[in-house]
Amino acid sequence: MLDEATKKRIDTEVTENDVLLFMKGTPVFPQCGFSAVVVQVLSHLGVKFKGVNVLEDPDIREGIKDYSSWPTIPQLYVKGEFVGGCDIIREMFETGELAEMFQTRGIDAKHPVA
Amino acid sequence: MTVAESIKSKLTAALAPSELEIEDESHKHAGHSGWRPGGETHFRVRVTSTLFMGKSRVDRHRLVHAALQEELATQVHALALELKTPDEQSR
Repeated sequence: MLDEATKKRIDTEVTENDVLLFMKGTPVFPQCGFSAVVVQVLSHLGVKFKGVNVLEDPDIREGIKDYSSWPTIPQLYVKGEFVGGCDIIREMFETGELAEMFQTRGIDAKHPVA
Repeated sequence: MTVAESIKSKLTAALAPSELEIEDESHKHAGHSGWRPGGETHFRVRVTSTLFMGKSRVDRHRLVHAALQEELATQVHALALELKTPDEQSR
């Protein structure tokens, strides 16, 4: 269930942060392997991002699933737009699309070193 | 019916896949959140289907999520997806 207050909080988070990751745990201490993969990819690309720990916030944990129409965590938002979960981010990283996407959206990212 | 069997029958009906592989990876997550004794909580699913043609990654995942809505809301805690068209599969 996504109530109005939670929706507003998510709106604010995704518009105020260019790169925002809804995750389990924190960027320094991820508490789920899938969240850890996305943190690793973003760190590898040198992209600055904010992590929102859904384990500390039951409203966001449930609400984000409706907000994005996406049933699982992690979820990456860039410039207010949902990009994907762990599988999609990893695939886009491997093909180079992720670095390209950050660059076209004006976000600093290093080219991955093969 | 096991969870894996129900995933198989629902994806077969929804996506007419030319290839479908379902792997129960629950043992790799033993003791983590969402894990239950007996497994069937964490799955990796590989699907090849012509229905993915012309669709973005997000849209492909949403097709699978829609077909497995019930499982995702109940028993399935994590679902790793590899979704390809027949062309991409043969590359």
